[in-house]
Amino acid sequence: MSSKARLAEIVSAYAGREGPLLLILHDVQAAFGCIDPEAEAQIAEALNLSRAEVHGVVSFYHDFRSQADPRPEVQLCRAEACQARGVEAMVAAGERAAGNRVRLKSIYCLGLCSVGPAARVGDAVHARLDEVALVRLIEAA
Amino acid sequence: MTTVRISDDALALACGADEVAKAFAAAGCTIERVSSWGMHWLEPLVEIDGIGFGPVSCDDVSAVLAGTSSKSVGPIAQHPFIARQQRLTFARAGRTRPLSLDDYAATGGWSGLTCARAMDPAQVIGKVIQSGLRGRGGAGFPAGIKWQTVAGAPGDRKFIVCNADEGDSGTFADRMLMEGDPFQLIEGMAIVAHATGAGRGYIYVRSEYPHAIAKLNAAIALAAHVIAPFVIEVRVGAGAYVCGEETSLLNSIEGKRGEVRAKPPLPALQGLFGCPTVVNNVLTLAAVPHIVSHGGAAIYAALGINRSTGTMPIQLAGNIRCGGLYETAFGITLNALIHDIGGGTASGRPVKAAQVGGPLGAYIPPDRFDLPFAYEAYAEADALIGHGGVVVFDDAADMGRMARFAMEFCAVESCGKCTPCRIGSTRGVELIDRIRGGSAVAGTVAGTVESLPQMHNAAKAPRTRAADIELLEDLCETMKFGSLCALGGFTPYPVLSALKHWPEDFG
Repeated sequence: MSSKARLAEIVSAYAGREGPLLLILHDVQAAFGCIDPEAEAQIAEALNLSRAEVHGVVSFYHDFRSQADPRPEVQLCRAEACQARGVEAMVAAGERAAGNRVRLKSIYCLGLCSVGPAARVGDAVHARLDEVALVRLIEAA
Repeated sequence: MTTVRISDDALALACGADEVAKAFAAAGCTIERVSSWGMHWLEPLVEIDGIGFGPVSCDDVSAVLAGTSSKSVGPIAQHPFIARQQRLTFARAGRTRPLSLDDYAATGGWSGLTCARAMDPAQVIGKVIQSGLRGRGGAGFPAGIKWQTVAGAPGDRKFIVCNADEGDSGTFADRMLMEGDPFQLIEGMAIVAHATGAGRGYIYVRSEYPHAIAKLNAAIALAAHVIAPFVIEVRVGAGAYVCGEETSLLNSIEGKRGEVRAKPPLPALQGLFGCPTVVNNVLTLAAVPHIVSHGGAAIYAALGINRSTGTMPIQLAGNIRCGGLYETAFGITLNALIHDIGGGTASGRPVKAAQVGGPLGAYIPPDRFDLPFAYEAYAEADALIGHGGVVVFDDAADMGRMARFAMEFCAVESCGKCTPCRIGSTRGVELIDRIRGGSAVAGTVAGTVESLPQMHNAAKAPRTRAADIELLEDLCETMKFGSLCALGGFTPYPVLSALKHWPEDFG
């Protein structure tokens, strides 16, 4: 199936839903790894929005990307509770382990604030990390 | 055959609960996945015939089954951490399987909805007003008054929106409730729908909570017939902290940028898709079934202090030895929470500060730990209880750095709609850097805003540290009173409290 047809399929799956744009964008990013300008234009046309409106939404939210990045992603919580449990001291080692192979993304809170430092890879969450555990997690990603 | 109960809450999973469950299954046990008790330092917590063991690793399995494990904590329900709580919203925590309709019904589930449906909508609202329930998201607005406004608003379409965008660091009660007792939230929403005449509800969950999203979707499918004709749909956020603000949340559901709306109009009159809308936090809605049940409103109103009635699920987080969920009546002190209940810091070092109420909450020094946990008492002390998160810091914390982080976080997460928040936060980071760097750099350093030719009113002489601090306080004042929402408006709380109580950390 062409990407255009796949995208049309995603959009039509939400026909009849009120305010479907975020639902569509989540699915498009899951299917293609990003929401590029062509996808924005096609979504805009299907929803009778301007391209600027769709681009405005894509660029507003941290979760959406306009360029694909096939590297595995490790999300490391660096919010206050994880800072209080020492996450900042591990960041440099994490960045070294990640290098260019892994995208180490700072996020703010996974709701695991009593057992931090915490990280997320895909839908799997990890807590009570120390430097060794974080490096291992990044290397396995 | 031995039945072993292990939580499938995200926090338990992050601590290795799945591997432990597999190891017990391999040893021939029957595994029951239940909600979490909220004793997080003991996760993965294993329960066999009411006796708890934790934290259990796969290596402990044979000792636990042989009865020789040193990790026994005795009967869980009698553990001091649990026994001293007053759990109303979290009454089922640890005791039921999250997606079992049988467990839910057997523990009093749906009785609130049954009671509500036997009453007039106005009577239901009257009960909630009587209980004194206030919004648990942070603002503390009386829930019953909000519903009354929606019930009385003209319009044939009305909505119930559950704010489950729990972005505050140090908070996880919404997540635990959604993962551990999703039917209670659904029941609460159905009761509010009956009281206000709403036909449709949305639960807006942040994308960082995949387990909660899965549980909610499953629970909604299972309970659809009970709450019909009311329908609930889960909507997933996309990583924007500001979407926890109610008007940007509504924009986000509508598929727009999560920008804050100016109020008025209130969402209660013109909310989602321009229709009258109740927006309440997870904990507010989940408190409703108990309140509406027989005698619940009076029980609720009798708990707490002054206008802060009922219980608050407090979340003990950060550098604390015994962290977790502690639901108790309003009025408890931080001394009791952090020292008596939480056992001090996890690192064993002295406590330096506690941040209450998330990234926008004030840093409170130990000499103020006698403050009673209540909306008014905290407001008088220039602090807020927010969503009830308490993040503990030991003496290694650099409060100047935390103040800078507060501004930085605001700059990253600002929606950009109002100037004090969008620009003030960035200027705040620069200003704190300058203060911490020793100030006294010339006011017109190349590359700074002051050096631009149009800034002819900027000071030409170097600014002193005192002048920089005054400027920071002035900036905070502008953000506090000039921002459209709590993001810009409350960021001054952590900044100014850190500056006030730990000036030595600012260089």
